[in-house]
Amino acid sequence: MGFTKKLTNDQATIAFGKELGPLVQPGDVILLDGDLGAGKTTFTKGLAQGLGIKRHIKSPTFTLIREYQEGRIPLYHMDMYRLEQTGAADLGLEEYFDGDGVSVIEWSQFVKDLLPDDYLMVHLEKDPDDDNRRMLTIEGKGPHYQKLAQEWEEADGK
Amino acid sequence: MESKRELILAFESSCDETSVAVIEDGTKILSNIIATQINSHKRFGGVVPEVASRHHVEYVTRCTEDAMKAANVTYDDLTAVAVTYGPGLVGSLLIGVTAAKTIAYAHHLPLIPVNHMAGHIYAARYVKPLEYPLLALLVSGGHTELVYMKAAGEFEIIGDTRDDAAGEAYDKIGRVLGIPYPAGKEVDRLAHLGHDTFNFPRAMIHEDNDDFSFSGLKSAFINTVHHADQIGEKLSREDLAASFQAAVIDVLVTKTIRVAKRLGIKQLVVAGGVAANQGLRERLAQVVKDEHLDLDVVFPPLRLCGDNGAMVGAAAHIELQKKHFAGLDLNADPSLEFAYAATYQP
Repeated sequence: MGFTKKLTNDQATIAFGKELGPLVQPGDVILLDGDLGAGKTTFTKGLAQGLGIKRHIKSPTFTLIREYQEGRIPLYHMDMYRLEQTGAADLGLEEYFDGDGVSVIEWSQFVKDLLPDDYLMVHLEKDPDDDNRRMLTIEGKGPHYQKLAQEWEEADGK
Repeated sequence: MESKRELILAFESSCDETSVAVIEDGTKILSNIIATQINSHKRFGGVVPEVASRHHVEYVTRCTEDAMKAANVTYDDLTAVAVTYGPGLVGSLLIGVTAAKTIAYAHHLPLIPVNHMAGHIYAARYVKPLEYPLLALLVSGGHTELVYMKAAGEFEIIGDTRDDAAGEAYDKIGRVLGIPYPAGKEVDRLAHLGHDTFNFPRAMIHEDNDDFSFSGLKSAFINTVHHADQIGEKLSREDLAASFQAAVIDVLVTKTIRVAKRLGIKQLVVAGGVAANQGLRERLAQVVKDEHLDLDVVFPPLRLCGDNGAMVGAAAHIELQKKHFAGLDLNADPSLEFAYAATYQP
């Protein structure tokens, strides 16, 4: 269960992410799927704004995890890009998933074994004819995230 | 009677390198043993936390013994033990922190916690004395910051990247060009063989703030290569690298020089892994010369641009004077960063 969303540029991606901010709850896990430059960190900037975070959301590629504590609930921004071959068994991901914030994971396909059964998947794809446009596919896995996807779609429609 | 030498045993293990150094008076490197694990990470296209931790455990004892031996000192000679406690990978940091704590405890020595980024700046101390107020441009895989130092050991971020770090952009476009991690050196080499023909965007170069952004440049680069692939066109790797590097350096140099002028800075320290970039070194020297600026640009020696224990020892020398010690409950802080200046607007 889910929906799709067409976005015309970076600002639209940020605005769309921002709508999700008020809806997420502690312990929520959001997977961002898309190629280099698809807009994963841009989307996360929007979500952070929706949580009331004012700091810049910087790429977590190098540090693997960046924590932001200043919003309505904490944001844990993770990037598994550099863990392609080996996984991340000693990163303590499960502690974040069970924690008091929302976890956003880029390149989660590299740590498949460590992911929870249920999550919200946000797939980002570039329009092959226009470098600015994006097609997002939202999918909730499990009842909690199906409801979250539905709430997000409704909030977006308003 | 000869006064006792100030000797600091310094540990660094935040990322790829396990390093232990013995530093005299904050200025003299008696030893600086570095065990790198870049080769084991090359296979994986990046740092692997578990491999990194295991490597640090394996090497930290040996590096310590080698550093003490090379410096020809005993534990009784030491004044203090210093260690990088952040930022970095938590599993890696913990190895250095634990080693440093153990030695401090066993030999009744004060323990000095050091911010890794302060270490990068203080690597410049091995070139010449630092003069305050100074400006530091910190450029590495995880950082792109302009740091203002009113006095020794005081750090304020006045400009920062809003998305990707410069070094990260090098690694990511390197991947598009098929260059293994870390890609900076090879992109730098290719860039010197090509020309700036693609005119990639210079993000935020004219904006009225001291921040940086490299995400748009990364996207422009990927799009250019992707569109050429689609129509079967083969682009010059040298020109791509040269165009990318020109865009990065234009922005770094323009904004840094502007801040230096505005704040009346006399000394600029360029530090971090990207400080090893030849293009950046050449351009900064050129601008200072062309504009007849009264600005002393200091680069740490190439061998001290990467992560190493000597830079930690130099930063610890300042902390020792300020008596900034930690207890044995010192923990690693993977997200450690300098404070932002009061005037900084996110």
